[in-house]
Parts: sequence; structure tokens; C-alpha cells
Amino acid sequence: MPAMRRLRWLWVLVVCAWVVLAAGCAPRERARADGRVEIVYWEKWTGFEGDAMRAVVDAFNRRQDRIWVEFLTVSQVDQKFLLSTAGGNPPDLAGLWSANTSVYADLGAIQPLDQYCAEAGITPEQFIPSMIGEMIHRGHIWALPTAPASLALHYNKALFRQAGLDPERPPRTIEELDAMAERLTRRDERGQIDVAGFLPSDPGWWNFAWGQWFGATLWDGDSQLTITSPENVRAFEWVQSYARKYGAKDLQSFQSGFGNFSSPQNSFLAGKVAMQLQGVWLHNFVDKYQPGLEYGVAPFPYPADRPDLAGHTFVDVDNIVIPTGARHPREAFEFIRFLATPEGAELLANGQGKFSPLRAVTPGFYQQHKHPYLQLFVDLSYGPSTFGQPKLQIWRELSAEMGNAFTKIWLDEQPARAALEEVQARMQPKLERELRAKRRKGQLP
Amino acid sequence: MSRQEKQRLVLGLAFVSPWLVGLAVFQIYPIIASLYFSLCDYSVLETPTFIGLANYADLLGDEVFWQALYNTLFYAAFALPLGLVVSFATALLLNTGVRFMAVYRTIYFLPSLVPAVASALIWLWLLNGKYGVINEGLLHLGIEGPGWLSEPAWTKPSLILMSLWGVGHAVVIYLAGLQDVPKQLYEAAELDGAGWWGKLWHVTIPLMSPVILFNLIMGLIGSLQMFALPYIMMPGGQPARSAYFYAVYLYDNALPYLKMGYASAMAWILFLLTLGLTLLALRLARGRVYYEGG
Repeated sequence: MPAMRRLRWLWVLVVCAWVVLAAGCAPRERARADGRVEIVYWEKWTGFEGDAMRAVVDAFNRRQDRIWVEFLTVSQVDQKFLLSTAGGNPPDLAGLWSANTSVYADLGAIQPLDQYCAEAGITPEQFIPSMIGEMIHRGHIWALPTAPASLALHYNKALFRQAGLDPERPPRTIEELDAMAERLTRRDERGQIDVAGFLPSDPGWWNFAWGQWFGATLWDGDSQLTITSPENVRAFEWVQSYARKYGAKDLQSFQSGFGNFSSPQNSFLAGKVAMQLQGVWLHNFVDKYQPGLEYGVAPFPYPADRPDLAGHTFVDVDNIVIPTGARHPREAFEFIRFLATPEGAELLANGQGKFSPLRAVTPGFYQQHKHPYLQLFVDLSYGPSTFGQPKLQIWRELSAEMGNAFTKIWLDEQPARAALEEVQARMQPKLERELRAKRRKGQLP
Repeated sequence: MSRQEKQRLVLGLAFVSPWLVGLAVFQIYPIIASLYFSLCDYSVLETPTFIGLANYADLLGDEVFWQALYNTLFYAAFALPLGLVVSFATALLLNTGVRFMAVYRTIYFLPSLVPAVASALIWLWLLNGKYGVINEGLLHLGIEGPGWLSEPAWTKPSLILMSLWGVGHAVVIYLAGLQDVPKQLYEAAELDGAGWWGKLWHVTIPLMSPVILFNLIMGLIGSLQMFALPYIMMPGGQPARSAYFYAVYLYDNALPYLKMGYASAMAWILFLLTLGLTLLALRLARGRVYYEGG
């Protein structure tokens, strides 16, 4: 009967459609023709920084024939990592930020590397203490550092000279910084700011951290946030003193004319801001957009009454982790292990214009590096008073709150102390909730 | 049902089964799950722990939640009526039958085709307080323009202004409606001595009322879900959270802050709010909207 036959064919079609759909949902496990184990590596960096990591991957793939690392650049990698891990289909390796380390460790999203490190003979002592410190949490190593960074004051020597300042004598104390900033600030004939000596709001990436430069912390490491400590209040009152001295509105208008960071209109490269807190990476952008720029680097100043803080810095470091549920953790660690050798680490460091997180470097590494002030950043990162971001799950929210308080202080809408008190009142209960949850999970005594 | 009818029914269902399964897996399940998660402490990575209505109770005491809600309602209160009037007026102009009408219609529709990210980046420059074209233009009129994106008082007005950029879709819907207004009604009105205004008020608007209601409701839903422009242009709703929108705070809770349960509760509140306002609009429209043949 033709009608029956047609029906049968239709059924075949339906089944085929389902088979195709189901096949599309199957876990990806590609067998490689050369028999190597393929591991998938998600990395946040694009551009030249991504190229540098790709070069490390290529070198690793060339030097052995057992493992193949498939390198993928992934935007918003922390969030995609989170969802893929929760969904049970994570990559084998992921390049995240240091602030993710403790959070993902506490949530069980990444694997401790202690065992692998022990087998490979990798110990924390082989790394710069402040860098490996960001990777250690609750006594375990959860990630290894890849490209480290520390911050320092960058200053424009030509603008120093024009203001009658000695270009070889950058400010050492906050008080000197303020005085020099005043001399460096210039206004045009309409009275509008043309060059700013220094702006606490520029580039605005560490607005939460001003207290630390004055010896404060944000958290006592135990049960209390310390947002309203005298050091924090002092620091943010200092921030506000700039808004009051130069006029919050004038500064707003001046800053809104700044171009993108990665462009020749970058405020520091364009000579709009004479002194700026920046990281070791800035030299890459000087090199690319303003190669003639005459600039110097010095440790960020400390308050004159706190000489113990001299040579302090904020450290941040990229990391590499193995997610929970990775299919080939052992092979994935082989790549991490390569990154923890001077060869791998320096290939990355040279490509990204940063330094190596390892204590040991190959002879001539610092001398041959393209960054003229690299040694300063390395020395700072070894310093006794380095600081990073608190290892707390509420950190993202806390830093957003601090950023919001900073804006209100910078716009002179609220006294510094009141703005900080609001953050403390809002976030302290959230800290307590986090600590309770951690105690419940047995992560805290 | 005969045997053959049954067979056809089963086959029909089998053919739509991919869609049915998709609906169940990607729509119905997430909706139900989010209702459950809204009653849980859920970090995405760990199993959810049931905490009852605690998320909802926390939201009531969360100033940022209220600030985000206020910002969103403020935006909707201005952008929605303004958008309705501007898109309706534009549609009327584009319906006058002058030469090259198709060209004008295309031009007015074009901006709605620009992706949100691209238009956000363009607006960042147009609204720049120092070098922006808009302030440059104002300066020629003798007005010193504000810092559109840097002064808390101006961020919401900026977004309201930008919302007019995307009226193209509503204009097209109005245009379609305008084609349907019977010519003879205009002729009859003219015979009765109605002028341009009389015809607009007594013929066009009553006959267009269902279309206006439709655009009102779609606009309401769209403005309560405002996300892309503030998310890209004013990270964290800065300055001073003046541009922190409901959907942006929801997203921040869901992923960056790892509080999916809290975000789910926010999503359900937004749903109830949207539902309530839509029902209110429908109720207010009763007796004021004319459905031809209805």
C-alpha cells in the first residue's frame, strides 16, 4: 500500500533527525591521527599577549610527541570556565586571574596541584614568594603563576623638565607626589585643566586599593572587614583632596577627553597625565604607540610618616588551572610543568613584556629583556610589603562596592569616611555569611 | 479517532518532537528550575541549598536592588511615552506619500539594524563630555553641554535620548497599521469638515489604538529588560550607580558574584512586575482600544 510506505519513510526521516541531534550532543573526544592526547586550553589573552602564549604552546607541541595542546582564546574566560565546569564539560586547562584562584578552589571547580607538583619536583620555593602566594590557599597549590605583574609610578620626564623638576628625582613620599603634581598641573587660557600632574582616578583599575598604599587592608584575614580603618579613611580622604584641590567637575571634564588605554590617546602616552600608577605591561604600549616617550619608573610613594612602606607594591598574576572534571589532567599538567621551567616562563615573559614568576632565570634574561625598567618591577615583587586581592568569594562584589564608593568620593558627593562606612555596613554581613558557609563545608575551623 | 488518524497524530508529534524537546529542555525546565533556585543558596558550582524565601527577604533590604529598580522604572517612565510619541509621529510623516518615501522609510529603519555593541561604542563618542559631537553642537547654540556619561544626573537622560535611536521597529509596525486605516473614513471625515488634526484624532488614532497598545506593551517589556547599552557604556552603572539597571544587577549577581539563587529571585520579581504592569496597561486600555470587527 503506497500510503503505508510513505508513512514508513516519514518515520525513517524522524529517526534520522534524532540521530543527528543526539550525535551533536555527544561529548567531544577527537582521536588524533598522530596518536597524541589532545588537551584543550582556554586562555583569556588576545592580541600580542595571546600570541605570546600561543608561542609557548607551539614550543611545547614541538618538543615532544605525546601530547597536543589545542590553544583557544576565550573572552570572559572566568565566566565561561564557570559554566562549562558546572556543566561537566570543562577544558583541560584554563588561564585565569589570580583573584579567581581561591574562589574556584573553595567552590570545587579546580583541582589541587600538590600531588602533580610533588611528582614533578616543583616546589613553592622555586617561585617569587608574592606570586606563588596568590596561588596557595588553605595550604594547597591550586594553580601556577604564568605572567606576573607589579605596579609602580610611571612619570613623564619631559613634563618634569618643563615644570622645572629634576627628571631623575621622582617623588618618594605621598607629600612629594602631591607637591610635584601641583607643579606639573597646567591649565589652558580658559582655565581648564590641560595636563594633570597626578590623578588617583587614572587609569582607575585599582580604585579599591588606595588604602593599601597607606598601609591599610580591606580584610583582617579573619572575621572582619577593615574598610573604615584609619589608614583606609586617610587614603580616601587623600583621594578626595585631589577632587577638592582641582575641582571635581573640572577633573571630570578633563578625564572624559582621555582615549582608550590601548591607543596613542592613552592619557599617559599622550602626555595628559604626568605621573601614573601603572603595571609592568605599560612599556609594551609605550613601545607600540609612543616609542619616543621619555619616561621613568619609581616605586609608588609612601606616606612620609610610614617609611616602613617604602618599596611596596600591588601584585597581580595570571594563572593556569586544571578544572575539576578535566579529561586529561595528567597530560594537562605536563604543559603547566613546561611553563614552570625557565625556558617556558621566559618565552612567555619576553612575548608579553613581563618578567618570569620563577626565581631562577637563564643568564642574561634581565639584560636582554626589552623593558628598560624590568628589574625594578622584579625587585618590587620580592619586597616585604606586597599586597594583592583578598581571597574571598565576596571579593568581586566588594571591589564593585569599593569602586562605587571611590566614584562618590572622587565626584565629591560624599565625605570619604561616610562612603567607606556604607561599604563596611553593606559588606560585613556578606563576609559573615560566607564564613558561615565555609565553616559548614569544613573549609574553616 | 480511527487507526489511521491516530497513526498520523503520532507521526505528527514525532516530527515536532525536536521542537517539543527543545521547548521542554531550554524553556520550561529553566523556568521551573529558576523558580526553585530562587529559593536556594546557589553558586552555580555547588548543589543548591534550600533557604526558603531568604533571597526575597534579602532583596527587600538591598539598597542596590532598590536603586537598580528605581533607575529602570525612571528610564521606562520617560523612554516609553517618548518612544511612543516619536515613533508614531515618524510613522505619520513616513506615510504622507511624498516622493522617495521608500528611501526615507529605509533610512529611519536603518539604525535599528545596528548591533547594540556597535551603537554603544558610537554613542560613547557622540556623548563624550569633552570632544563629543553633541556637546560641540550645543556649544554652537551657546549651551555648555553636560558630562553626559560622567555626571550622575545625566546618565539616565542620555540613555533615554539613545532609546530614540531604536524606534525603527515600532515605526514599521505603525506604518503597517496606517495602511489599514480605510480611506473612506478619511473621506467621510473630510465631508464632515474635519481638518488634519480632526482626522488624526477622530480617525487615525482610534483605528490605530490596538497597534499603539501593542507597541506600548512591547516597549514596556523592552525597557524593563534594558541591558546592553548600560552594561557596555557604564560599567557597574557608574558614575555612582546612576545607570545601574535591574537586568545588569541581576547579571552581576548571577555570574560575577556567584549568587545564582539571588539572581533567580530577582528574575521572578521582574517577571511579576512586568506581568503586573502589562495587566494594568490592558485594563486601562479596556474601552479605549477599538478592535475592528471585534
